Amino acid sequence: MPPKNTPPHSAVRAVAVSVCVGLLAAGAASLWLSSGRNRQDRRADDAPGRTGRLPRYGDYAVVGKTVTINSPRHELYAFWREFKNLPRFMENVEAVEASGDTLVWTIRGPAGSSYTLRTRIISDRKNEQIAWRSIDGSDIDTEGKVMFRDAPGGRGTEVEAIIAYVPPGGAAGRAIARLFRREPAVQGRHELKRFKMLMETGEVATANNRKLA
Amino acid sequence: MRALTYHGTHDVRVETVPDPEIINPRDAVIEVTATAICGSDLHLYDGVIPGMMPGDILGHEFMGRVVETGPASTLKKGQRVVVPFTISCGKCFHCMKQQYSACDNSNPVETQDLTEPLYGHALSGLFGYSHLTGGYPGGQAQYVRVPYSDVGPIVIPDGLEDEQVLFLSDILPTGWMAAENCDIEEGDTVAVWGCGPVGLFAVQSALIMGAHQVIAIDHYPHRLELARKFGAKVIDYRQTHVLEALMEMTGGFGPDAVIDAVGMESHGLTPDNVLDRAKQTVGIGADRGHALRQAILACRKGGRISMPGVYGGFLDKFPLGAFMEKGLQWRTGQTHVQKYSKDLLRRIGEGEVDTTFLISHRLSLEEAPEGYRNFHGNQNEWTKVVMTP
Repeated sequence: MPPKNTPPHSAVRAVAVSVCVGLLAAGAASLWLSSGRNRQDRRADDAPGRTGRLPRYGDYAVVGKTVTINSPRHELYAFWREFKNLPRFMENVEAVEASGDTLVWTIRGPAGSSYTLRTRIISDRKNEQIAWRSIDGSDIDTEGKVMFRDAPGGRGTEVEAIIAYVPPGGAAGRAIARLFRREPAVQGRHELKRFKMLMETGEVATANNRKLA
Repeated sequence: MRALTYHGTHDVRVETVPDPEIINPRDAVIEVTATAICGSDLHLYDGVIPGMMPGDILGHEFMGRVVETGPASTLKKGQRVVVPFTISCGKCFHCMKQQYSACDNSNPVETQDLTEPLYGHALSGLFGYSHLTGGYPGGQAQYVRVPYSDVGPIVIPDGLEDEQVLFLSDILPTGWMAAENCDIEEGDTVAVWGCGPVGLFAVQSALIMGAHQVIAIDHYPHRLELARKFGAKVIDYRQTHVLEALMEMTGGFGPDAVIDAVGMESHGLTPDNVLDRAKQTVGIGADRGHALRQAILACRKGGRISMPGVYGGFLDKFPLGAFMEKGLQWRTGQTHVQKYSKDLLRRIGEGEVDTTFLISHRLSLEEAPEGYRNFHGNQNEWTKVVMTP
């Protein structure tokens, strides 16, 4: 019973709130109990490590994405291997210059600035895989690879790109760090989708009605 | 150019905006000669579809004359074309399977981000609709930039009037696909909820596909009359218990296939609809699914549900038990317009499909806001608005 000086409707509300809280608690308890029975050592499953619930790569942040592109493997590999093509679908990359195994990336920074990243090609298997790693002393510690596999059922090629990086510190790299920390996963996803558009349709989709000035 | 732009719920205006131009190699620009207001434009008008921005050019049912072509377009200047409302690249996995409205590439990557968390996958691009589907400028305008113009637009031969072929852009193939999704067999009864343009084309299509009978359900007398003209039997839910009537009109079976041509803004003063309406009003629910719920209860055991009606979010009080226990099958989706264009153009040419019966009002583009107001507020008489810029 509510105290005499409490209006009856607040008692009704108190009962309603108690019932809701009680229901939620009962639900949570029952879920917790049923999942508790299931706690045991687990063998690693077959999913890519980057989709794990807990980080598995130490200091490295790892982002990656897979798309299926309705084009033959050798065409996709050849387009990517011609590194000066990359800015056509990588929005933040102004230019890529290759000399031997070394790639020099000019990356757009905030407010019209740009930064340079040097990487070395550490693996290049024709029509299968290209991997690169930042050269010692680079402001960004990063490693990436792109893999090309035949997709099942004549669907074309599965393209998987993975980038690992240590979110960098240091004065020079700070702006890049912010850029990278904020959206590396989003950027990677966008770039692969643009790559797919370009390879499948010959152009990158836009809803704009006029060319950007 | 002049164009009809969105500025908020029940606020559309005709404004002067920059002309479109060719951007990508496969683009074309067309000068619009006829454009219509679609029932799904009313969902935008009512503000129940998320992802609209002030200044968006509406309209996804349009046709016109080619005035500019990109280097990879296969169209020629001067050709008359009807443009499908679905924007499809023609090259991706889905387009190759003729699932054009599931195109992977037509929605720009930035706007793909909007639907991936909401729907699990990015949607394809549509003209004149929400930014969830790319935010492409639409066809209630003098000019439209048409991407992938080598795949989408269908060239119209001389001798067919604009009004005969305009609805190839959306509502005719949508009604047709709705009937096709019913997998109609001999002796089948198909029940259609909603006698708007899509529902009426679904009635016509189901009869062409050999349905034994089509029963159309609505509450607007004039729209029911149009359905009857095409050979449907009609039920006015204001005077009849729909579920009971459908059982009695099908020998106690229930309809073999049901079509929800109503979508997310169901009418009717029923408890479920009142609750849905309240949720929609305060913004905690997008969809009012009364017609769909009733259709599922009506459908015979082992029957088929076809849902051309548009939904956007989440639905509760869904009769999932009835759906499972009766072993129903369910097919839906935005229309794969390009799959049907040629066949339906032929049927129009041969006089098998009647399209012009639907048009109740002809306006100029400048009168578009009035068209929206009346198509929205006076649905009995205003069955279809066609405008010329």
